[in-house]
Amino acid sequence: MTDPETTPVADKFGNDPHVLLRVIAKFLIPLIALFAFYVQFHGDYGPGGGFQAGVILAASVILYALIFGLAEAKKAFPPRLIRYGMTLGVILYGGTGILNFILGGEFLNYSNLGKDAVAGQHYGILAVELGVLTTVTTVMIAIFYAFGSRQPETSAEDW
Amino acid sequence: MSLFAAAADPIFTVPVILLDISLLALLVVVAFALVRMRSLFGIVMLQGVYSLVSAAWFVSLDAVDVAFTEAAVGAGVSTVLMLSAMLLADRKSTPVPMRRQFGALMVVVLAGAAMLYAVGDMPAFGDVNSPANAYVGMDFIGKTAEEIQIPNVVTAVLASYRGYDTFGEVVVIFSAGLGVLLLLGLNGNAGRWEAKPNGQYINDRSAPSAATAKDTRTSDQKAEGEA
Repeated sequence: MTDPETTPVADKFGNDPHVLLRVIAKFLIPLIALFAFYVQFHGDYGPGGGFQAGVILAASVILYALIFGLAEAKKAFPPRLIRYGMTLGVILYGGTGILNFILGGEFLNYSNLGKDAVAGQHYGILAVELGVLTTVTTVMIAIFYAFGSRQPETSAEDW
Repeated sequence: MSLFAAAADPIFTVPVILLDISLLALLVVVAFALVRMRSLFGIVMLQGVYSLVSAAWFVSLDAVDVAFTEAAVGAGVSTVLMLSAMLLADRKSTPVPMRRQFGALMVVVLAGAAMLYAVGDMPAFGDVNSPANAYVGMDFIGKTAEEIQIPNVVTAVLASYRGYDTFGEVVVIFSAGLGVLLLLGLNGNAGRWEAKPNGQYINDRSAPSAATAKDTRTSDQKAEGEA
């Protein structure tokens, strides 16, 4: 038994049985988020795309919430962003389609977005994948916030 | 092409076949463990294991994009969502008596028999003449290199050739999020609620999220709630 008053470290970490978990998670979470963006923008060249990237990005926020608590996570990713995020994603995707209309093509035919058809396709895919990323990330976080807020914090004995 | 003929084919080397068989065997073991398990926490974790093993199997089938999605969604997010839903339920499930399981057993046996019957009509693995590899699929593979000019055909199909479908999927995800927000609210206490996990009574005011939520009830409603 260590006395919290005699050991200075115990003031900070003594009552926290999950200190290892928190330190390692703090190191991992930025890497997970970075990997999400790699998956997003590398989707043209390898496996991945907006959907997978969105889930991974949401997982980094969810991991943060699991380790540091929901209140801290809501400070890092405010719930009000969710409402804007999920609509913005759909609007970005649908808006790209509408933009093709205006530029004289068919709905979601990106060929006229760039200086030639191939460049247009590249821009179009980039835009719609960004829309998918925004919607998927925010919806996954929304579902977690909605369910996670309904019960008291999990106590250690529950596991 | 039967399984044995496929095994003799130089493309399907013995190690790959062995890997596939051991991954599938692992899936069966996990599935039986899932059925036998009584602790809900263990069940949720085993579901994650099941997803991860099937993701590994998809990789061995060269379906990397599917494997990626399975690992991220099946093993990652859905495990967490099941955990957060589980906290509102009891930790252990009570066994269902044998006589009430015969109906379910019949359904499973019938469905399994129907699937086994259908296996005979399926094209062989990697068959060039199968519907998935013929017709429009060949067009996508052939034309992606000149029309879209990105190396990953899957992305080209999902985002460009099948942009309508993906738009539909995004709208589906959007409506799922909308439904959850309308029913539960972001703070989990959109309405007044109470729950009894593990015999411990909690309501919207004793939950940790209660402190962060603004109390919008009128004084009459408050008096009614406290009564």
